[in-house]
Amino acid sequence: MIAPWTTQILPPAVVLVSTLAAIVIFVAGEARQRLRIWVNLTAAMIKLLLVVWIGLEVLAGTTFMFRFELLPGLELILHADALSILFASLSAVLWLVTTIYAIAYLEHSPNRARFFGFFSLCVSATMGIAMAGNLLTLFLFYELLTLTTWPLVVHNGTPEALAAGRSYLRYTLTGGVVLLTALVWLYGLAGNAVFTPGGFLAPLAAENSAALTLIFAMLVAGFGVKAGLIPLHGWLPKAMVAPAPVSALLHAVAVVKAGAFGIIRTVEDVYGLDLVAELGMRLPLITVASWTIVIGSLLALREHHLKRRLAYSTVSQVSYIVLGIAVGGLLATSGGMVHLVHQGLMKITLFFCAGIFGLLLGVSRIDQLDGLGRRMPWVSGAFTVAALGMIGLPPLVGFISKWYLASGALAAGMPLVLAVLITSALLNAAYFLPLIRRLWLNPPGRLAEAPIEIGPLPRLALMFSAVSTAALVVALGVLAAHPLSPLNWVVKIAQGYSP
Amino acid sequence: MTPAAQLLIGVVFVPLLTALVAVLLPPRRRRWAVLLGGLAWPCLLVPLSLAVAREGTVTMVFGGWTPPLGIGWRLDALALVVLWVHALAGIAALPSAWQRFDPDVPESGPFWSLWMILATGINLALLAADLFNLYVALELTTLAAVALIATDDGIAALAAAMRYLLLAVLGSLLYVLGVGLVYAQTGSLAMQQPGIDELNNVALVLMLTGLMVKAAIFPLHVWLPHAYSNAPGPVAAIMAAVVGKAALVAFWRIWFETAVAPPALLADFLGLVGAAAIVYGAIAAYLQPRLKMVIAYSSVSQFGFLLLLLPLASQQAFQGAGFHVLTHGLAKASMFLAAANIVTVLGSDSIRHLPGLDKRMPLEAFTLALAGVTLIGLPPSGGFTGKWMLLSAAWEAGGWFWLVLIVASGLMSAAYVFRILALTCFHPARRAVHQLHPRPPGITSLAALILALLAVVIGLYPHPVLDLLGAGMPGISP
Repeated sequence: MIAPWTTQILPPAVVLVSTLAAIVIFVAGEARQRLRIWVNLTAAMIKLLLVVWIGLEVLAGTTFMFRFELLPGLELILHADALSILFASLSAVLWLVTTIYAIAYLEHSPNRARFFGFFSLCVSATMGIAMAGNLLTLFLFYELLTLTTWPLVVHNGTPEALAAGRSYLRYTLTGGVVLLTALVWLYGLAGNAVFTPGGFLAPLAAENSAALTLIFAMLVAGFGVKAGLIPLHGWLPKAMVAPAPVSALLHAVAVVKAGAFGIIRTVEDVYGLDLVAELGMRLPLITVASWTIVIGSLLALREHHLKRRLAYSTVSQVSYIVLGIAVGGLLATSGGMVHLVHQGLMKITLFFCAGIFGLLLGVSRIDQLDGLGRRMPWVSGAFTVAALGMIGLPPLVGFISKWYLASGALAAGMPLVLAVLITSALLNAAYFLPLIRRLWLNPPGRLAEAPIEIGPLPRLALMFSAVSTAALVVALGVLAAHPLSPLNWVVKIAQGYSP
Repeated sequence: MTPAAQLLIGVVFVPLLTALVAVLLPPRRRRWAVLLGGLAWPCLLVPLSLAVAREGTVTMVFGGWTPPLGIGWRLDALALVVLWVHALAGIAALPSAWQRFDPDVPESGPFWSLWMILATGINLALLAADLFNLYVALELTTLAAVALIATDDGIAALAAAMRYLLLAVLGSLLYVLGVGLVYAQTGSLAMQQPGIDELNNVALVLMLTGLMVKAAIFPLHVWLPHAYSNAPGPVAAIMAAVVGKAALVAFWRIWFETAVAPPALLADFLGLVGAAAIVYGAIAAYLQPRLKMVIAYSSVSQFGFLLLLLPLASQQAFQGAGFHVLTHGLAKASMFLAAANIVTVLGSDSIRHLPGLDKRMPLEAFTLALAGVTLIGLPPSGGFTGKWMLLSAAWEAGGWFWLVLIVASGLMSAAYVFRILALTCFHPARRAVHQLHPRPPGITSLAALILALLAVVIGLYPHPVLDLLGAGMPGISP
């Protein structure tokens, strides 16, 4: 056991590490590149160690809780339960890798201090979301995330980037407004309540069922904007103009996942799936998720721009998480939650590779991928592994998620959901396999011979990031039975929610 | 008279004496006197805050003449909060004023005394406990402010000052007409008149309309954008922080204290006027081609929130609105100070010149961003805290219209704030390079930044202010 005061300061410490890093980076300014790199890497390492430490303590049964009263009856609560650790460790690991990638990617571009400053702040906000102990805290960091990612989206300062930023703000701030309304309403009804497995609203349901239903719809819509639920996904493909590390972070860790995580918390810790079903909101949620999965894949199929195709693939894949939660039961819940990690790993690998192709060879469209496999075997290999994972090929991580989701759907007696999963797998194959074919089998195109103007060290760092996440895609799939694997961790969480 | 009450004299007379001393000193010494006086009177607020926290209200009566006949001053929580905004904005404006009104600049001669006269007027208006005293204080404030706006060279500032003068005098006339009617009806000028059942509605409307002109509440705001945007930076900061607020506090006082039972229909009507102000101000701010105009129109919008207190009229709403006065004052002052530096360096505040500013003037860009976050009311910031309290109050009162309005107003504020921020992020190479003037000293940037930080950080620790405001106001049920 650890000292009681540590259990109070560790959750805020995890959040503040990156904030401190951001402040140092901002103050140090543009010229101090070496210092910036050190601060970035050190902070990322410290954060990872802290998360691992907290994770092990949570496993041993320690409770972490930090409370701070903002207003009478309005508390800022940071805590650490198993679900927090799941999201926090994903962010911590991927932040470290993305930092390495971003340092190499932005080697000579301007405004790096601004970029890395906001990058760190963005991770702070994500950690806050992971550690949030009540809806208000979650909302607070959720809005902070909007603010800190906007400068990253518009980083290039081009008219397209600014237009994407405008669209991003329009969607996310409107989502925030919907959330705020729901939050005021909910606080008025239920007061200051902490996340409780199984929810805390059941006693109110008899009298306020209409209000609770509406609040639930508003919460899901508010979080759904960032999670990219169709039709709230419009900002996501446009935000692809951002630099590749930003897209990677947006899609795998920060923004999209924050939305999905918010929905998980709403369903499991605020309402409880039983209450959601009782209010008649379970079926609509399943429908929206299934709809998004299928339509997202169809839209991806239509895109010929590489990053945009990946973006639509995210829209589709993130809804697996929502679907698993909504179907419920041990298996489906595990499948949905574990996809939070698995999709993150696969998608970040894909974006890393897309970024490398773009930076080194100027590839942006799918037909420009022809024959790159021979030129860049490692990067193309990483891309292939992640894409196969997305399709759900065993033993990669994507298969694990889909297997649990499918078994869960059958266990819950929902064969239609199984049909959705199979359709989606086919569509995934339809939009990923041609890319793999182009990489390895097509004759080299014009860009495959383009000269590379990036130094060997940055190139190595870029490649290392992509290959290491691809390795995780394989390793976590093969070692899914290991006691500390995300899968087993998630099964433990799911047991808490649906015993 | 309690010792705390004697300090009230200092709050009014220290700036007044400083103004007199500054006139008598040779031009080169004037700013030193103001530095001293401008730092001295805020010190009095520390013991006064303790006294208010202890006793609720600090009152003093001159010469043993008790109201209704005598002249009395009174300091309650609301006045204290606005005094603090005044003090902080004043201190933060000192470096900027020091640099802008250097003794070698011709217009620096009258500036320093006028500033302290303005401070006297504002403080007096906040402390006034009777209607006529308030009239005198608001006149003093207006006249000093008009002269200060006109210290900026250029025809635009002169025109703005003239327009302000004419409208403000009109407002004063309406107000004093109302006061005359009240006196005729009740034979007393005290703000709290327990003797009457109902105030003459004509008198009430006259006084309120007059104060609405002075507080620049839509649609009587027309003097404000030009006045604020053409005034010298430090003047605009002080004015935006407190001049309108002083009139608004008087507006609340007359509504809740003097008018015992104001008509409910009028409350809803004024709430709707506030709603219109929020929408109109935000749209106008979005369309402005100049940074200072954007900030000025944002004030028109944000003042609308303060009218929502009338229909909501609960203790929680009062705390929220009072908190909003505080954070908005700090944020606005910081924005105008940052804008002043931008004008100094770029020679203009046209937003076409903003691209690339985040690199050249990172502190100013950061200040604008932080203050903007508070204006939008995004968490965690002081603006969010105030907004949350207003939202809870609206929920308690079942006022869904107000709730949706407050929530949606955040989006409208976001539109104009992010328009400015997006422009500063634009790649500078895309736009014509313009002449750069030397940077003002770093302390001016820092002062603005600290104000903006305060406006944000206070949202994390609002208890002291909220506890103070928790005492409420006579006429607002706790």
